[in-house]
Amino acid sequence: MQRSFLIKNPSVMIFLAVLTVFTILVTFSSEAFGAGIISTSFVKTLGKTLCLALIAVAMDLVWGYAGILSLGHFAFFGLGGYMIGMWLMYERTKEIVATSMAQNPIPPTAQEVVDGIGTQIFGVVGSSEFPVIWFFADSLFMQLLLVVAVPGVLAFVFGWLAFRSRVTGVYLSILTQAMTLALSLYLFQNDSGLRGNNGLSGLQNLPGVTASQDYVSIWFFWASALALALGYIFAAWIVSGKFGSVIRGIRDNEARVRFLGYSVEGYKLFLFTVTAMIAGVAGALYYPQAGIINPAEIAPIASIYLAVWVAIGGRGRLYGAVLGAVFVSLVSTYFTGGQAPDINLGFYRIQWVDWWTILLGLSFVLVTLFAPKGIGGLFDLIAERRTPDRHGADLGPDQGSLREREAEE
Amino acid sequence: MLKRLLVVVLAMFCLATQVVAQDAATEPTNETASETEAVALGPMQEVLQSVSELIVDSSRRTIQPAIDAVAGSGLDAAPFVLETWQARDMWQRISDGQFFKAVKAGDGYALTDFDTGEVVATVTKDDIEQIKPNSGIQGLIGSALVAFQLNDPDPAKRREALASLERNASEDLLGVLRASIDNEEDADIRARKERLEKLITITYGTDPANRIAAIESVAGNLDVAVRGALNPLVATRIMAFDGAIPDDVNVARELRVGSEALSREEAYALTDGEPLLTDDALRGLLQANIVDGAVGGVPVAELSDPERRVAAFEALEAAGTVPPAATEDDVDAALDGKVFAAVYSEPNADVTDAAQSALTAIETKVGLFQIFDLGLDALSLGSIYFLAAIGLAITFGVMGVINMAHGEFIMMGAYTGYVVQQIVPNHTASILLAIPLAFAVTFAAGVAMERLVIRYLYNRPLETLLATFGISIALQQLAKNIFGTQARPLTSPDWLGGAWVMNDVVSISTVRIAIFVLALIFLAVFLFIMKRTRLGLETRAVTQNRGMASAMGINPERVNMLTFGLGSGIAGIAGVAIGLYAQVTSEIGQAYIVQSFMTVVVGGVGNIWGTLLGAGLIGILQKGIEWFNPSNTLAAQTYMIIFIIIFIQFRPRGIIALKGRAAGD
Repeated sequence: MQRSFLIKNPSVMIFLAVLTVFTILVTFSSEAFGAGIISTSFVKTLGKTLCLALIAVAMDLVWGYAGILSLGHFAFFGLGGYMIGMWLMYERTKEIVATSMAQNPIPPTAQEVVDGIGTQIFGVVGSSEFPVIWFFADSLFMQLLLVVAVPGVLAFVFGWLAFRSRVTGVYLSILTQAMTLALSLYLFQNDSGLRGNNGLSGLQNLPGVTASQDYVSIWFFWASALALALGYIFAAWIVSGKFGSVIRGIRDNEARVRFLGYSVEGYKLFLFTVTAMIAGVAGALYYPQAGIINPAEIAPIASIYLAVWVAIGGRGRLYGAVLGAVFVSLVSTYFTGGQAPDINLGFYRIQWVDWWTILLGLSFVLVTLFAPKGIGGLFDLIAERRTPDRHGADLGPDQGSLREREAEE
Repeated sequence: MLKRLLVVVLAMFCLATQVVAQDAATEPTNETASETEAVALGPMQEVLQSVSELIVDSSRRTIQPAIDAVAGSGLDAAPFVLETWQARDMWQRISDGQFFKAVKAGDGYALTDFDTGEVVATVTKDDIEQIKPNSGIQGLIGSALVAFQLNDPDPAKRREALASLERNASEDLLGVLRASIDNEEDADIRARKERLEKLITITYGTDPANRIAAIESVAGNLDVAVRGALNPLVATRIMAFDGAIPDDVNVARELRVGSEALSREEAYALTDGEPLLTDDALRGLLQANIVDGAVGGVPVAELSDPERRVAAFEALEAAGTVPPAATEDDVDAALDGKVFAAVYSEPNADVTDAAQSALTAIETKVGLFQIFDLGLDALSLGSIYFLAAIGLAITFGVMGVINMAHGEFIMMGAYTGYVVQQIVPNHTASILLAIPLAFAVTFAAGVAMERLVIRYLYNRPLETLLATFGISIALQQLAKNIFGTQARPLTSPDWLGGAWVMNDVVSISTVRIAIFVLALIFLAVFLFIMKRTRLGLETRAVTQNRGMASAMGINPERVNMLTFGLGSGIAGIAGVAIGLYAQVTSEIGQAYIVQSFMTVVVGGVGNIWGTLLGAGLIGILQKGIEWFNPSNTLAAQTYMIIFIIIFIQFRPRGIIALKGRAAGD
């Protein structure tokens, strides 16, 4: 009799329990269902943070477990946001246009309504025609499908091209970064069909919903928490079985796994595609809470920040990724939101809005140098799990089977 | 003067016989002398008196003989009179009817005699009357004046006249111009006159043979004015014909209805049918005719259906409430049997054919030059990428260290240049000072980074990437804190400010040439250091086998430090160069980092020639893609990156791949 998945992985239980407690606490402190201690905008921030935690889990799967440092997952995140944003914007504009056209003495034809929506949406980029990619914009089901399908297909095609020509390590990172840059530059054009640098806006308004943002924010918070829970369980399930062993093997020594007869490319491609889909879902939940999406969100730097979160949280363990994303993004919000008090040095006044990024960058260097396990490593102290003292530090992906001093010898 | 000239030329028509003025110059004008000998008028005054009535009458229709008389008088004073007249400075003395140039002097007017050019009297305003030529007459006078100006002894005046003729050429001046060519001594002006003569012949000539000859003589000329003269000849407009096209029409090509050149609506608009009913017009009509909640018997609620709208309209049309409008069937009927053709406005087919072939020849030549120009642009862009990437070719290509902060070293170099320029105002001196200083600053920064961070991370490329990225965002924010977010200018010295212009199509700015030269210098420096110096030898040794190198007495730590410093220092100099043509912001490095990595990866890691080829390839690609869609550089970059991703599929190790041991797999 095999032990069940959850008993083998007690951390999943603990994580789910913490997440549940957190969700209940937030719900009863919110303005909609409870004491109103937490403002609606902060509920949104928390909900967005959970979405970031979800994409961090995806990033940890692909980087921490399979050793693929993808600098493109935020592009998939953004694409997910764009896909749901198209539906939200279309339906919302349709409501507005239909209301205003109902004032006309003659009822509008279906074509006139569509034309009106087109003028409303694409007026800012000097057009009124619906581009082909908006074909499914009136169907929630199709757009939800596209939320996972578009990032999935893009990741599949890109991954297939990259992995089959055995692009690995830093080359792959640079290539994914280039892909992200290409995508964001493309979306920046006005004729890309997604409103250029204006992006899609007004996404916080759900079509057909009259409830106030207090309620909508809590719904999204629940949805984000649920998505994170499911994503976490899925990720934990993937890495706990034989599949997980193979991908860790690929991380540590790709050639050896290949010689053992595994289809390395297939494993990598599967993982890359699946994590891209998870990223798409996270994005689809994130941007309705943010209210606006534009190509700047997809810029390569966002994907690198994602790697920063995972690294600070501790890669190679799923709760580390969640911790890193939650910790860094909340602290970032605190410092860049102007809430942190300035430090007066007498000759210079440190304003955190300006200096936070510098602090983040430097602490990132320090974490890389001195604490490669990140915040998650603290749990090893509690669990009193010691790393055996082998020859020097962990070399990380690609050469993980060797230690620093071994590599030099 | 210039302004007046402009006025002169602006309204020129009907120039008749002034050309003969030159030949007639020697003939004495004695037929009028007899009548006026009592007063002993000057010769010009006599001429003026002979046409006095016409001048005073000042009518556009009758004035021409008067102008001809003055212009054809052959007297030296003729241009002076014409200019005065045109400027409305000519007055008639009431007492004796003589004409003078009158200039307000104190309370009265000083009268200048045309023949002597001297002030002869000062009178009050009541004694004289102004001749007021209207703008039509002024134009006629101007035409007459051009003949004088084109033959003016002062070359500057001739140039001015030509310049105004170029702006406002007209048929009437052709004769004057032709006549003035033979007497022209100045070779330069003569060439300009001949060129202008051809252009005017092309546009306004009356003899087709002459025009064709002129057209053929300018074929292949890249001058914009030539194209400007030829293009109107081949301009077409679309016309509708019943049945066959008549023979006397110069047809460019026949058009099919519904093709791209002629849509159905456009074709219908050319026929004289009832107005086509657009959707908007239909809605407006229906809206205006709502009666008791229905239009033409169709309830308003049903009007959201387009077919019901048409039905409602037809009901209205049948009832005569609204004027009839064309429906789709009417359009078909109207278009049936019609032939549409693009017709040249120029009736002579030989002329249009010649113009067409001349234009084709010009366009071919322009196309070739444009490709050449594109090649220059690509070369220049490639050298910028090469410059940005060459430091990376050392740190990444040779040492294998991924330095994401490379772009920030470029930024530091550019800001160093900016700071130096704030202190040293002379631009040449400041650039010369900034280059070594930028090298020093970024060299120091590179060495510091290598000592503090990177040396702990050799063998761990992914973590190097992350750590240097941390440094990159910190440096970027630091630059923002110090210099602010707005762009800082790095002004290039004057000798770099110009452009090298080959012809109307091909030109390149001097800064770009300088960057190209700088890229070549860097290539030489790199090769020299790597192949000819002790440092290069040691670097290669350490890169290939660190343990063996240190066994041979090389200090690998020192070598790594210096090599990294060198790569960073070169990035700093590149920063100064890039700052000269781009705005210096804290994000300047970000703009180049991905392309720089691409350049190195595409070229082949560890080989400087590969980097050179990679930079060239990327430059050509980007410019080539831009050529298809010049308005959109963003799209060009997108497609270029996609192309590179696909390229890597086929040559994963770059254009020049290291083989064997050196590949280090």
